[in-house]
Amino acid sequence: MENNKQQNNKTICHTNPDWSWFARVKAAFGINDIMPDFIFKKIVLICGLFILVMTVMILISLIANSIPSFKTFGIKFFIGKVWDPVFEQYGTLPFIVGTLLTSFLALTITIPFSLAISLYLGGEFIKEKSFFAGFLKNSIDLLSGIPSVVYGFFGLFLIVPIVRYIQIKTGIEPYGVGIFTASIVLSIMIIPFSASLGREVIEMVPAEIKEAGYSLGATRFEVIRHIILPYCKSGITAGILLALGRAIGETMAVTMVIGNSNMMPKNIFSPANTMASIIANEFAEAIKDLHFSSLIGIGVVLFIVTTVISIAGKIIIRKFAIHS
Amino acid sequence: MESEILKIDKFSAGFGQCLVLKDICFSVQQNKITAIMGPSGCGKTTLIRCINRMHEFSPGAVYSGKILLHGQDIYSMNPIIVRRKIGMVFQRPNPFPTMSIYDNVLSGFILNGIKLKKEEKDQIVFNSLQKAGLWEEVKDNLHRKGTFLSGGQQQRLCIARALAMNPDIILLDEPTSSLDPKSTLLIEQLMEELKQSVTILIVTHNIAQAARVSDYVAFIYLGELVEFGPSKKIFTAPENKKTEEYLTGKFG
Repeated sequence: MENNKQQNNKTICHTNPDWSWFARVKAAFGINDIMPDFIFKKIVLICGLFILVMTVMILISLIANSIPSFKTFGIKFFIGKVWDPVFEQYGTLPFIVGTLLTSFLALTITIPFSLAISLYLGGEFIKEKSFFAGFLKNSIDLLSGIPSVVYGFFGLFLIVPIVRYIQIKTGIEPYGVGIFTASIVLSIMIIPFSASLGREVIEMVPAEIKEAGYSLGATRFEVIRHIILPYCKSGITAGILLALGRAIGETMAVTMVIGNSNMMPKNIFSPANTMASIIANEFAEAIKDLHFSSLIGIGVVLFIVTTVISIAGKIIIRKFAIHS
Repeated sequence: MESEILKIDKFSAGFGQCLVLKDICFSVQQNKITAIMGPSGCGKTTLIRCINRMHEFSPGAVYSGKILLHGQDIYSMNPIIVRRKIGMVFQRPNPFPTMSIYDNVLSGFILNGIKLKKEEKDQIVFNSLQKAGLWEEVKDNLHRKGTFLSGGQQQRLCIARALAMNPDIILLDEPTSSLDPKSTLLIEQLMEELKQSVTILIVTHNIAQAARVSDYVAFIYLGELVEFGPSKKIFTAPENKKTEEYLTGKFG
């Protein structure tokens, strides 16, 4: 094979009168025309492998650093209710509960909004190229680009006073900050993720089956409910899972408005901590080895949870995809 | 014996500034097959989409004139009611991919939120599929997805779906243009049987098909009705020179 290529080069050398210096250099080093393709392929492969190696390294460094904590506490690391750096007690249940509460509450708030926005922008209620549609679409993209710390400020200055006002009126302890506040801020932050995927899948519903629905005398709502939503089920679910993944991992904004309490949350208005926010809060002051190791241990749990959610999302898309 | 079910009276329609149909006038007789033929782009599909008010979904749709169903102007009726009385079958078979064959037949009821008893459902599915000549082929697979059927079967499923709503008229928009000759033949035979119970309006660019199936034929050219009359007369002795040229293949 290699021989053949070189022979090929030589024949070109003899027959081609425009034999330039560049080609001479190439020939001298044994580079033929197929070489660049080969090199390009290798570069792409190496870049791809790099990502894989990085992911594995992250996981290894997390696990290696968290082993002391897992060894000391065993299963108690996951079910212990007390997190006390002074007495070296590290149980992460309050944070696991805090994370689940905030993210699922945020998801519940966000689903109706993102569904409505996807339907609207997916062309069901709006002319595709209208000014307002473009404006709305760009604003949603903009939402996803706002730094998380800015959302934190927004939460502190706007949502916290409102929640506190509600708490005073209803007779709940008026912290202002807490799980509920964090969920509201989170729900705004994750709208772009579920809404943009939802819009894409709704746009892909074939016009033919929508027309078939209308031709049977269905109203717009009936077409949406019985034709569009069943058709988009998997895409919408995937968008929601993507948003959930974001919500679980979100750190800065949540840390600013959740109240940073290491106690088990009593209700949805209690101040609490999520897995991400406890790491952000205490990492800088974790001098003791066990404290440090336990924070890394929470990182491992976060890593696993987000991985599981993203895999679940992929499986759902594959399983319910409609082949037509 | 013959009675007029649908009357199109000086009807014009188009998109924005562009007028596609100009002053169309003809009437459709009950339990007959009326074919609308003409070269591509002459406005056949626009006309048929106006009859069950699907034209309104197109951007910039405009219309004027009257279409009377049993003497009542459909443009003064609720479009939802119009579409339940006037069913439609489209150019490409479009069963609902998320529904089973059974649910596809019942989709008119499901979509409109009409609750039925199990026996009623079974009866409607049986009758409609029977009428559409599909029952024997699918009776063992009623709960499979409609998209697993062949193109011709899917199209008959769409006809069954339209028939299930018990419409007065069904509109067929080039129902066989994406089908093979065998499926085409089946659907043409089906139309012959169906006209006992329902009035059929079919759009076709296939002259031979119009000659085979229709009782009346309307020839549309460049948005204008050139000639309308009983098929026998138009295919043997057309009055208009344009019709004759089209039928003999001089253009189209």
